[in-house]
Amino acid sequence: MTTASTAATAPDPTAEPLVRVAGLRVEFPTAGGLVRAVDGLDFTLAAGGALGLVGESGSGKSATAYALLDLHRGTGARVTGSVRVAGTDVLAAPDAELRRLRGGVAAMVFQDPLSSLDPYQAIGDQIAEVYRVHHRASRAAARARAVAVLDRVGIPDAARRSRSRPHEFSGGMRQRALIAMALACEPRLLVADEPTTALDVTVQAQILDLLHELRAETGMGLLLVTHDLGVVAGSVDEVLVLEGGRAVEHGPVAELLNAPAQPYTRALLAAVPRLGVPVPVAAVVAVTEPAEGPVTVREPARATADDDGDKGDDNGDDGEPLLRAVDLRREFGRGRTAFTAVDGVSLTVRPGETLGVVGESGSGKTTLGRMLVRLLDPTAGTIHYGGRDIARLGERALRPLRRELQMVFQDPVSSLNPRRSIGESIADPLRAAGGMTDARIVARVRELLDRVGLDPDWYHRYPHEFSGGQRQRVGIARALAPEPRLIVCDEPVSALDVTTQAQVVALLAELQRDLGLALVFIAHDLAVVRQVSDRVAVMRAGRVVEEGPVSQVYDAPRDPYTKGLLAAVPVLDPVESATRRTARRAIRALGAADPS
Amino acid sequence: MTRFLLRRSVQALFVLLALAAVLYAVFYLAPGDPARLACGPKCSVAQVQQVRTQMGLDDPVYAQFWHFLRGIVAGHTYSTGTGALHCPAPCLGQSYRTGELVTSIVGEKLPATASLALGAMVLWLIIGVGTGLVSALRRGGIVERLLTAFTLVGVATPVFITGILLLLVFCAWLQWLPYPSYVPLTDDPQQWAWNLLLPWLALALVEAAKYARLTRSSLLETLAEDHIRTFRAYGVGERAIVRRHALRGALAPVIALSALDLGTIFGGALLTETLFGIPGLGQQLVQSVQLKDLPVIVGIVLVMGLAVVVANALADVLYALADRRVVLR
Repeated sequence: MTTASTAATAPDPTAEPLVRVAGLRVEFPTAGGLVRAVDGLDFTLAAGGALGLVGESGSGKSATAYALLDLHRGTGARVTGSVRVAGTDVLAAPDAELRRLRGGVAAMVFQDPLSSLDPYQAIGDQIAEVYRVHHRASRAAARARAVAVLDRVGIPDAARRSRSRPHEFSGGMRQRALIAMALACEPRLLVADEPTTALDVTVQAQILDLLHELRAETGMGLLLVTHDLGVVAGSVDEVLVLEGGRAVEHGPVAELLNAPAQPYTRALLAAVPRLGVPVPVAAVVAVTEPAEGPVTVREPARATADDDGDKGDDNGDDGEPLLRAVDLRREFGRGRTAFTAVDGVSLTVRPGETLGVVGESGSGKTTLGRMLVRLLDPTAGTIHYGGRDIARLGERALRPLRRELQMVFQDPVSSLNPRRSIGESIADPLRAAGGMTDARIVARVRELLDRVGLDPDWYHRYPHEFSGGQRQRVGIARALAPEPRLIVCDEPVSALDVTTQAQVVALLAELQRDLGLALVFIAHDLAVVRQVSDRVAVMRAGRVVEEGPVSQVYDAPRDPYTKGLLAAVPVLDPVESATRRTARRAIRALGAADPS
Repeated sequence: MTRFLLRRSVQALFVLLALAAVLYAVFYLAPGDPARLACGPKCSVAQVQQVRTQMGLDDPVYAQFWHFLRGIVAGHTYSTGTGALHCPAPCLGQSYRTGELVTSIVGEKLPATASLALGAMVLWLIIGVGTGLVSALRRGGIVERLLTAFTLVGVATPVFITGILLLLVFCAWLQWLPYPSYVPLTDDPQQWAWNLLLPWLALALVEAAKYARLTRSSLLETLAEDHIRTFRAYGVGERAIVRRHALRGALAPVIALSALDLGTIFGGALLTETLFGIPGLGQQLVQSVQLKDLPVIVGIVLVMGLAVVVANALADVLYALADRRVVLR
C-alpha cells in the first residue's frame, strides 16, 4: 500500500516533486530525555497534489508539517533527515533563504485562527505586511492585494472589513483571513494544520470547499493535517496515516478509506462517529490497546459488545419526566450590551434516557445545560424537578439537590485541580456531602475509578499524568460519586481523539444502562449525539428549532436549519463527499442569484 | 469613555473621603492636644483654651470632620486675632507652626516633587525597558548575563545607598556635577535638569531594575505566542516581528505599572528628596512629622493619595489604548 505518490495532476513522474521528505526525524528535548515525535518518515507530494496527514494527537503529524517550513528552527527541537520543498533543501537553507521560502513558496494555515493573528493590528495590515516581505510593493499596493485576497476567500465587504481586528471577526471569518494571508503571495504549497478543528460543521464545510476551489484555481499543492478522516475524504488525493511518528499506511484516499489494509487504519475508521451506522463497541475496544505512554487505558469495566448503538426510540411519552424545563430564558449584560443566550427553551428529561442537545457555537447550549443543574440562574422560566420548581431555589435549599444533579465539563484539563490527586478530586463531592468516614470515601473512590475503566491504584496520581481521555474518565467518576440522577455532559468528548471519543461515549452509554442515569448530552458533533441519544433537541440562537426522537430528527428533519447542519457533516466516502460539495455549491449559487 | 471617567471620579471621591476620615481619626483624635501644639509651648492654660475654642476642638468629632470637609469644598476663613485669613476653596487648613495655608505649602513644594518623579520615570523607562529588551533578545549571551546581574544589584540596593554612591562618585571624586540644589524649571531649565540629574538617576536605577525584569519576561512571553509563530512562518524577519508584533503587547503591562509607580513616587520619594535636599512634598512631610504639624501632614498625604488615584485611572486608560480589546467600564 505504501506506493510512490503519483497524483493524477502530475504529468511528468520524473520531475522533482513539490515536497520530498526522506528519513525525517524530529526529537524534542524534555526533562525525561529526548522524545521522538517523528521517527523516520518518507513521503512525496507532487506539484498540485493534495496529501492528507492523518493520526491521533501525539502521532507526529503537526511536527511533520512544521518541518516542511523548518518552524522547529531555534526551538531546541532536533530535526534530521531531508526535507526538500520546491527544490530547496529546507533543513540546510540559510535563514534568509528560508524566509523567502516561508510564505512565498510554502504557506501555513494554523489551527486556531484567533491566536494565530496579531490581536492589535487590522487584518488587512497583517496580510499586507506579509505580502511586502516577499514582493517589492508600495504600502498602497500591498493593501490592495490584501483586500483582493480577502475578497477571494469570501469575506463580504472586504475593503471595509480589512480594517477590522481579529477579535471583531467570527471563527470562520478568521480562518478565511488566515487562508487569505496564505494566498497573498501565491505559494506553490499550502500546509494546513487542523484548519477546521476549531470550527462548527457548517463553517468547516465552507472552509474545506474554499480550500478545494483555491486548489483547482491556483494549482497549488495541499498538505492537510487532521485527526478527522471525514475532513480528509473530500479534500485530498492521497492519505498518509501516522502512528507514533511512523507511517502506518499510505495510499489513494478512496482506496484507503474503502479498503484499509492496516488494522490501525481500520480501527481509526471504525471509531469515526457516523450519522448512519452506529459504532460497534467491539471496534472501540480493539483500538484501546495501542495507547502509548506509561499509563494505558484499561478496557471499560463491563463493556459489552452487544451495544447496538442507535438506541431504541420506543421510549415514548410514558412515565413521569425527571426534569421539566419550561420557557427557560437567560440574558447576559444590561442595556445596550444585553444579549439573550437562551430564549424560551422548554424540554423534558425522563429517568434513564439521554437527551442530546446539538447546535453550533453560540447557540446557547452550554448556557442551557448550566441552568438545568443550576450552575447558572435562569433569568426567567421554571425547572420542575422532584415535584417542585427549582429555578428560584436559594443556595441553601438547593444543596441537597446538588448531589442529584451533576455535570461533566468539556475540558478535562482545566476542570480538574492540577495540584490535587485525582482520587482527592473525585472524593470532593463525597466529603462535601458529609456522613462518610474517610476509609469509606477512599473505598468508594476506588470503586468509581474501576467503574470508569481506570486502575484504582491510580488514586494518588495527578491529572498531568493522564491522557485527555483518561482525564475525562476522572471527570465522569467525579460526577458519578454522589450517585446523581441526572448528569449534564457539556461537550464531554469534543477535545478528544476519535478513538478516545468512542471509548468515552461507550462508557457513558454503559453507565447509563447499568445505573439508570438520565443524561443531557450537549455537543456540536451531530454524529456523536446520534450515537448516544434517545431524543435530540437542535438549538439555534437560543431556541430549540427541532426536537424529537433521534431517528425522526436525523432521518426526516423538518427544520431547514437541521437539514443544513446534517448536510454539512463530513462523510467518509470521497465520491459522496464530492457529490455533496457540488450540491452545496449549487445551493450557494442559488443563494447568490436570489439575495432574498 | 465618558462613563468610565465619571465612574472613576466617583470612586476616587470615595477613596479620598475614606482616606481623609482615617487620617483625621489618626492625627486629630490621637493623644496629644492640637490646641497646645498650635499655640506653642509658651501659652498659658487660658490661652490654649482660647485657641481650642477658636479651632473648634470643643465641637463633637463628627462636627469637626464635617467642618474639615466643608473647608475643602467651600473654603474657610480663619480669624487671626488681629484680622481674618481667607482660605479659598480646597482649604486643607493652616499650619500650626507658621500659620501658612496648607494649600500654599503644597503648591510651593509640588513642582519639585513632580520634577523629580516625572524625570525619574522617563529615565527609568529608558534604562529599564531598554535593558529588558536587550536581555530578552540576546538570551543566553554574555550581555544578558551582565544585564541580569545589573538588575539584581539594582533591585537589591536601597535608594539611599545608590544615592550616596552617586554623590560620592560624581560630585566628590570626579567632580563632574555640582552637589545638587534645586532650581525651579521656570527659573533656568538647564540648571534645573543639571541639578536634578543625580536624584533622577538614583531613583531611576532602583526602579529600572524592576522594569527590566518585567519587560524581559513580558517580551519573552509575547514572543512565544501563536501569532508570532504565524509571522515567522511567513518569512517576516525577527527584527520586524519584535518591532511590529511583539512590542505592543509586551509593553502594555509596563505602561500600566509605570503609571502606578508614578503615583507612588509622588508620595514615596522622601528618601531621595531628603538625601539630595530637594524641597519637595516628601521633605516637607518629614519636617512636618518632626514638628507635629498635623494639618500639613494631612494635606500632603491627601495630595499623595489623589496622585495615586489619578495615576491608577490613567494606567487603566493607557492600558485600554494599548490593547483595544480591553473595554473600559
